[in-house]
Amino acid sequence: MMFRTSLLTLAAIAAAGTTLAQDLPAPVQARQGQFQIMALNIGVVANMARGNTEYDAASAQAAADNLVAISMLDQSFHWPEGTDNMALEGTRALPAIWENLPDVVEKWGAFGAAAQGLAAVAGGGLEGMQAALGPVGGSCGACHDAYRAPE
Amino acid sequence: MRPVLIALPVLALAFLAGGLALTRPVTVPDTALAGLTGDAIAGEAVFWAAGCASCHAAEGATGAARLVLAGGQRFASEFGTFIAPNISMHPEQGIGAWSFADFVTAVQEGTSPEGRHYYPAFPYGAYRLAARQDLADLWAFWQTLPSADTPSAPHEIGFPFSIRRAVGAWNLLNLHDDFVVTGELTEAETRGRYLAEALAHCAECHTPRDALGGLDRRAWMAGAPNPSGSGTIPALTPDRLTWSEAEIAAYLNDGFTPDFDSAGGHMVSVIRNIAMLGDEDRLAIAAYLKALPPAGD
Repeated sequence: MMFRTSLLTLAAIAAAGTTLAQDLPAPVQARQGQFQIMALNIGVVANMARGNTEYDAASAQAAADNLVAISMLDQSFHWPEGTDNMALEGTRALPAIWENLPDVVEKWGAFGAAAQGLAAVAGGGLEGMQAALGPVGGSCGACHDAYRAPE
Repeated sequence: MRPVLIALPVLALAFLAGGLALTRPVTVPDTALAGLTGDAIAGEAVFWAAGCASCHAAEGATGAARLVLAGGQRFASEFGTFIAPNISMHPEQGIGAWSFADFVTAVQEGTSPEGRHYYPAFPYGAYRLAARQDLADLWAFWQTLPSADTPSAPHEIGFPFSIRRAVGAWNLLNLHDDFVVTGELTEAETRGRYLAEALAHCAECHTPRDALGGLDRRAWMAGAPNPSGSGTIPALTPDRLTWSEAEIAAYLNDGFTPDFDSAGGHMVSVIRNIAMLGDEDRLAIAAYLKALPPAGD
């Protein structure tokens, strides 16, 4: 995967200085939507893991498969330069993302690996699914630890 | 307020109090610790609850690497940048040669074995509320930790904050021997208060500070600016953090918010620690947070 940051420059949009989500540049809205889809599917699995909902093998498998599918989306167009939280309001993406792209790509890859680990066992029983969810959460946290600002 | 303006009262206090010898670093004598025997297994839980690894292990460390307390993480503040020292068991570069009294003196009084003040980036103001038995257990666990030979880097602190004696004046203003939340508490709330106020030192980030860098105990856990970057650290008071106790406890275990967003920033590291505790301790912290006075507007 490559972040083709030179393809798009959004300085003009950034200069508009917006705060409303619907006014954010399309790539920012797209990546935020991507993370919302991730959260929705993690929620299906995590609610079962927490005991909030009953374990259902088919739903757990479907959610895990969705996470794998998202992990395979090429991220090139979600992250144009100039869409960090210093340039725009309404994003928590730190400028450090663009200063450490190889590390960001590696962390995204770690999410993919963890999602595949989850998908391998999600339909096979609650305990295996619970154990495999930990690394998925860990991969979210590892990236957010370094590259997302607090609210 | 600008650091220079802050410095004036700090210095005035330092000279005033210095004359009264009140700013002298405090030490804990061996005799005060007689009869304490540590249990390393119990000490591991204290280690995770106290969050030692969050600052003293390498940035982003996971798993066994969180037991390597080689230091090196940088903490920006308006007073300069503090760099976490090596507190591994290495006898020269770390604290492997310390006595238990040295350890308690450091952790609860903020005084080094050489008799100098540590800077309050080190949360001895919270740890001074810890039970001595927990510290004995922690020190026993410490003896099992690996040694790292990385030398500690000096803090990048400019004048006048480089005058360590001024920390003695700061200590006079800011060290307390009582918990902030008082009144009738359930057993769980009491346990949660101990975990949150004495060990996990949540308030260090979640409570705003005054001009001298002291915690504002009247705005306890009311949220604060992020000292090392953009954004704010959220309030934990029940009027602001509206998650249920079960949701708070689950977040402290798996790192997911009720919307299944994930924790970010330094909180990721905090959750790595708190996830090592038992469910009842995470529920106790949640119960304590629900007992906090509201932040209001």
